[in-house]
Amino acid sequence: MIPPISKVLFKHLVRGPHTMRNVPPPDPDGSEELARALGEAVRQRLGRSLAIREVDAGSCNACELEIHAVNNPIYDLERFGIRFVASPRHADVLLVTGPVSTNMAEALRRTYDATPDPKWVVAMGDCGKDGGCFKGSYAVVGGVHEVVPVDLHIPGCPPSPKQILAGLLALLETVS
Amino acid sequence: MMGNVTLLDFLSSGTPVEGHRPFPRFRLDIRAWRALVGQLSASDWTVMALWGEAEEIHVALCDDDTGDIAVASHPCPERWFVSLGRARPGAIRLERAVFDLWGLAPMGLEDRRPWLDHGRWPSRRPLSPQPQPPADAPYVYDFLTAEGEGLHQIPVGPVHAGVIEPGHFRFHCQGEAVVRLEQRLGYLHKGITGLLAGKTAEQAARIAGRVSGDATVAYATAFSRAVEAATGCEIPPRAHWLRALMAEMERIANHVFDIGAVCNDAAFAIMLSHMGVLREKMVRANDALFGHRLLMDRVVPGGVSRDLADEGAEALKYLLHGFSKDFERAFKIYDNTPSLSDRTQGTGIAQSSLVHRYGAGGFVGRASGRGHDARRAPGYAPYDMLDLTIPVYSEGDVNARLMVRFDEVRESLGLITQILADMPPGAYQVPLPQVAGEGMAVSESFRGEVLAWVRMAEDGEVMAGHLHDPSWFQWPLLEAAIEGNIVADFPLCNKSFNCSYTGVDL
Ligand code: SF4
Repeated sequence: MIPPISKVLFKHLVRGPHTMRNVPPPDPDGSEELARALGEAVRQRLGRSLAIREVDAGSCNACELEIHAVNNPIYDLERFGIRFVASPRHADVLLVTGPVSTNMAEALRRTYDATPDPKWVVAMGDCGKDGGCFKGSYAVVGGVHEVVPVDLHIPGCPPSPKQILAGLLALLETVS
Repeated sequence: MMGNVTLLDFLSSGTPVEGHRPFPRFRLDIRAWRALVGQLSASDWTVMALWGEAEEIHVALCDDDTGDIAVASHPCPERWFVSLGRARPGAIRLERAVFDLWGLAPMGLEDRRPWLDHGRWPSRRPLSPQPQPPADAPYVYDFLTAEGEGLHQIPVGPVHAGVIEPGHFRFHCQGEAVVRLEQRLGYLHKGITGLLAGKTAEQAARIAGRVSGDATVAYATAFSRAVEAATGCEIPPRAHWLRALMAEMERIANHVFDIGAVCNDAAFAIMLSHMGVLREKMVRANDALFGHRLLMDRVVPGGVSRDLADEGAEALKYLLHGFSKDFERAFKIYDNTPSLSDRTQGTGIAQSSLVHRYGAGGFVGRASGRGHDARRAPGYAPYDMLDLTIPVYSEGDVNARLMVRFDEVRESLGLITQILADMPPGAYQVPLPQVAGEGMAVSESFRGEVLAWVRMAEDGEVMAGHLHDPSWFQWPLLEAAIEGNIVADFPLCNKSFNCSYTGVDL
């Protein structure tokens, strides 16, 4: 019997990966241009590679779901040379979600300190900007910038994968 | 006192509280509360949730024999109450949290370490009538110890290596084998219970939908149903069906991604890719049909905020056909890869006795023989009109938790087909009447039962509210399930439980 996995692998060999099918060249949202521009800028700054460390500083976990989505085969962030790393010591960028709960503020600060220079911080989601719908609570600091310097905000609740891609591109332009 | 007394008979010794709908609420004096604690060690009533208020403690209970649900409340003018933790270990963390937030002390509870309070808030007991000054320094947490030759500790977190929520895990290991795991959570505490008070029903529902964002539909549904019960609001039948449609789409999206992620933690990455694509199809459908990829703020008190267009329903039917074919293909891969089964079978077994004792639901409960599902609750429209089978396994291992998910995805696909065929036409939202009252409701998230309780003021404001995540009763079982397994299997076990951090940190 042919194992089921061979069938799937064969299918993708013949038909091509999900990425090609789902993000066709004349993409209405211009993600193709985005990909090109991102590739260009990343190359200039960081030799085609940008390492991101994600820090959940009090999110509702929906922002994390969309970060997972940019790593799925459809958006496939890694093809732009951007990848998520396991340690802040390997990272160029901290991608921070959540309103920063008081219980996470120190861990966030320490993660920042552990990240080597040059480094950038992206605050993701409406929470990361100013606390979002958790603003005013005794248990949140209210925005990533209150704890570490922020280079860029990606708006949305949660931001869509396309917004996340666009945001990372904007970061590259900001630091140029 | 003991024997076969029913929950409602037992609670009728207390004073009924007017205006609590649809389930009754009784106020118990100290004698009756003590009797309740005694009764809990003898009966198998399920503790569904436990929470506090400025001067009172509440516990929601379910009598599994009769299906009755009720709330027992106990005034604590002296700021203490007799703990339920000894009779019901699932209540222990809840009681520690009650003390941290409201300063109501659980008498007789051995474990009095702070839970949500890490000594970093601007005031201690923030929800009590008189909050206390802040702690001088962050608390040092006394982890339980394990002693013996060759034991070593591995501290992990709060910031983990992947894109996951923060929490601290303390392992005691003997070589590779885990002797004890202890969790310390609370890092994500956002003060949600405090935020609900004083908000309008719509604002509060928005917050409720962000207690655990992956289960936003389930949370918003539970909360909205509680508000509707409190205010006596009858929502149009179509709204019930649309809520169920969204709930099933949410369940499918989460389950498929979980399946992929668990396999990925067993170093079988192709499943993650495959399932990531399936998930993306579902969330894009959410976006196309209802205007939000995760369906946030689509369920609102009074109904739903968006109707489903006829063309949308047709497109969804078409999508589901292809979805289910791809899904079955993935299942075949899972089922025919011995190296993967080798990792998932017999790994991380949650004992059935513990699952029952803690009243754990969702895939954790159903993989270990406890078939409870809130969709079966009486009066939970439209599920009372739909054909629904609850998959139950007995092995309790990672594989069983995955099999429950595979079966539930198929069930949900079937439910969506039924919903699309039978959904009644008509209105999908009504204005919320401004009536004072208290309400409680449950809904079934992909993880298990979410419970919401609310007290509404006459002017339409939320006076108090509480949201209970199913993970409260699942996290402690993970500590037990990992014992004797190797450390390297922890990510696999953890992902197969997929408990919510933010849901329990509140
Ligand atoms: S921005 Fe929205 S989705 Fe992201 S963590 Fe905050 S509430 Fe959740």
